[in-house]
Amino acid sequence: MRSDHGQIAPLGLKIAASFGLLFLHAPILLIFVYAFTTEEKSYQWPPPGLTAQWFAVTWNRPDVWEALSLSVRVAAISTAVALVLGTLCAAAVSRSKFFGRETISLLVILPIALPGIITGIALRSAFALTDIPFSFWTIVLGHATFCVVVVYNNAVARFRRTSGSMIEASMDLGADGVQTFRYVVLPNIATALLAGGMLAFALSFDEVIVTTFTAGQQQTLPIWMLEELIRPRQRPVTNVVAMVVVLVTLLPILFAYYLTRDGDQIAGSGK
Amino acid sequence: MTPAVSFQKVSRHFGAVKAVDTVDLDIAPGEFFAMLGPSGSGKTTCLRLIAGFEQPTAGLIAIFGERAEGVPPYRRNVNTVFQDYALFPHLNILDNVAYGLMVKGIGKAERHKAAEEALSLVRLPGYGERRPSQLSGGQRQRVALARALVNRPKVLLLDEPLGALDLKLRENMQDELKSLQKVLGITFVFVTHDQGEALSMADHVAVFNDGRIMQVGTPRDIYERPRTRFVADFVGSSNVLPPDFVQRYSGQRRWGSLRPEAIRVVKSTRDDGLSARLVSANYLGATTRLALDADGLRLHAVVPAGTSLPEEGEALVLTFNRDQLHLMDEPA
Repeated sequence: MRSDHGQIAPLGLKIAASFGLLFLHAPILLIFVYAFTTEEKSYQWPPPGLTAQWFAVTWNRPDVWEALSLSVRVAAISTAVALVLGTLCAAAVSRSKFFGRETISLLVILPIALPGIITGIALRSAFALTDIPFSFWTIVLGHATFCVVVVYNNAVARFRRTSGSMIEASMDLGADGVQTFRYVVLPNIATALLAGGMLAFALSFDEVIVTTFTAGQQQTLPIWMLEELIRPRQRPVTNVVAMVVVLVTLLPILFAYYLTRDGDQIAGSGK
Repeated sequence: MTPAVSFQKVSRHFGAVKAVDTVDLDIAPGEFFAMLGPSGSGKTTCLRLIAGFEQPTAGLIAIFGERAEGVPPYRRNVNTVFQDYALFPHLNILDNVAYGLMVKGIGKAERHKAAEEALSLVRLPGYGERRPSQLSGGQRQRVALARALVNRPKVLLLDEPLGALDLKLRENMQDELKSLQKVLGITFVFVTHDQGEALSMADHVAVFNDGRIMQVGTPRDIYERPRTRFVADFVGSSNVLPPDFVQRYSGQRRWGSLRPEAIRVVKSTRDDGLSARLVSANYLGATTRLALDADGLRLHAVVPAGTSLPEEGEALVLTFNRDQLHLMDEPA
């Protein structure tokens, strides 16, 4: 019997695959190129000249720093909230049987299935109804609705795969609830929480729709970018920011990939 | 003497289901005690009540004289070997075994030494660095045993620990558990649905059915003097004899039981016994099990290998010593 492994793919397939990948990633390279252009009013191709001056300009723009810092803080706190609530909810749903369990599971997942604009309008009217002024916390609240879901989904899948008697075994061996969580539950769900947390952070970091409805006057980074595109002044600054964001987010993704790959080796060996 | 475990009118209800229903039980210190019963009979719930994973709906539980209701599992000097072993996949074998000592705050060197000793006890020395996933089923079971024993429990609970092992391994583990229990002198409480396992290993057996204890006694008691039809049938498949039949032989109208090996089968048409016909013969190796029909009454007999077997349908005479006919407590 002949195996297909090692067989050389036909040239046509290779070309098609290359075009596919090019289509996905070339626009990102375009963003990088425009960060160095000398033309500041429009995106002109090819760039009339190349310069590195926009990096200094960006560095000295306080609005960039404000938006970036707001986005990081919103994403960090939404992720933290999601990690706590999502994990607790996943534990409850997968560990015990109670009336309405399936309903709760559905209601938790709903915000990510709903179009963001629905969530946004709903939250905005709810805030207006209850006289809650728009603030940092209303953005966090909006983001937490979908951040909880991704953490919950990751955690619930992991909980289903871990044996329930492990927790009983830990208690049986003399560990109280806190010790059991620290020494048995957390190590077993850590990689799932890392993956869920990173996804939640990323979702929050580039969220536009829900944010527009819940932010009031403040600008998160994606909303700042959107505004910048409309104003024809110092356009390449947006590209510099985009480029830095891409490079900065790439590092934790590679790190997480490295971590979870290691974890899978442990969980998967010999099973 | 204070019993190791004592149940007084203990019930555990799940809604309308009476998993455990007014159970009274005394387990003596240092004995090997088996809880035997079909699945859903309440034996595992009883074990979980001792471990503290379940709390009784009613009744009193004492472990070495100390009241146990409301005491969480981590404050009981009782350890469990779980049916699925429940080893921690993220820890190596040594840290699995040392876990109980670790949460008690015992230093690394000391707990690793104790864990290494416990591994030697279950004949797995030097396996400490491996992961649970690298071990076979039988080895995981030994690790689970070592992990429980390293805490020096007063009572060791075993939940169908041999269920997942193949026959040969199971027989070896039975012997090993038995000798381990003798050496350590710890009270073992063992849950099983395998009557052979219960009879061969235990000092006392409690037979469970429908959340109640049907009978407690030595394996010999249970086997030879069952008190109810259920026990007679479940433990070693005795012949259960109806009251009318028993009356003819003993003069008392009660349900009776007769061990299959107590019946002698003779090829004859004489009428000094019970006439019967052979329905089928089951070859079991050392013995052959015969299914017989005596005027509509289905009986089983066991004859040693090498006996010449009757033909199917052949007329036979069954005899038995009347002392062997056991009268049960169950009313007619």
